[in-house]
Amino acid sequence: MPWLLAGGLLLLLAGVIWGLAFAPKDYLQGNSYRIIFIHVPTAFLAQSIYIMMAFAAVVTLVWRMKLADVFVKSIAPVGLMFTFLSLFTGAVWGKPTWGTWWVWDARLTSMLILLFLYGGVIALDRAINDEKSAARAVAVLVLVGVVNIPIIKYSVNWWNTLHQPATFTLTEKPSMPTEMWVPLLLSVLGLYLLFGWLACLRMKTEILLRERRTRWVKDLVLAGGK
Amino acid sequence: MAFDSFSAFIAMEGHGPYVWACYAVFVVLVAGTMFWSAKRHQNVCQMCKRSFEQPGSSSQEKPKAPATFTRVEVSQD
Repeated sequence: MPWLLAGGLLLLLAGVIWGLAFAPKDYLQGNSYRIIFIHVPTAFLAQSIYIMMAFAAVVTLVWRMKLADVFVKSIAPVGLMFTFLSLFTGAVWGKPTWGTWWVWDARLTSMLILLFLYGGVIALDRAINDEKSAARAVAVLVLVGVVNIPIIKYSVNWWNTLHQPATFTLTEKPSMPTEMWVPLLLSVLGLYLLFGWLACLRMKTEILLRERRTRWVKDLVLAGGK
Repeated sequence: MAFDSFSAFIAMEGHGPYVWACYAVFVVLVAGTMFWSAKRHQNVCQMCKRSFEQPGSSSQEKPKAPATFTRVEVSQD
């Protein structure tokens, strides 16, 4: 999927360069707000990836499709990385804005739980040797953890928190000026495309590993295909 | 451009270390994951190719005999 890679890199670079160098300064937060152009995309993906994993977990448990398990196993480390990045960039942004790296408020704590859930999914999958048992155990864990997603989403509305409300909503125009939200949207779209490329690549690797003794893999590999 | 000079762009009115630290970690982790995933895919392809090219490779081996669960009579003496 080279078009996913090229499109993702192009959009992400455009969004980040625009956001870093050309977007106006925030009247309240100054230039520290420029972290938003990577913080929001990584936070979006951290949650979206978990929701995708939850759908795949249902498919694993109900229809026993192996591809759904391959999907969960392949993208969990990517989700872990994006969750870490959103927490890290949030903490670094918090220091000049809130005066502290970390507070135990609802949004930050629920994101930390998401990080642990990703870690748990990866660890559980590696702890069980039998492929089918691992797939089922992981699917159950993913589905139990999905309760955390609405908590993350609505934490800024349900509780008093230092974290600002949602940047983008489906129903309302963003409260920030166009010169700020357009580069942000470009970065979000770019990172989604890059995730698409990563997911395809990692799934191909996992399928090759699982099917390495089959005839079709032999034909494919010896023909020089990847 | 939102800045008067390149040095102002780097300094970001004192917020430079925060902003650039975030972007550096972001680039390292995202690029690292992409590179590592591509490298691993390449390695797995090569591993498969080697195993198929070797004589007596795993694909040509006879499948392992299934486990039997017949009762084994053991003397209790």
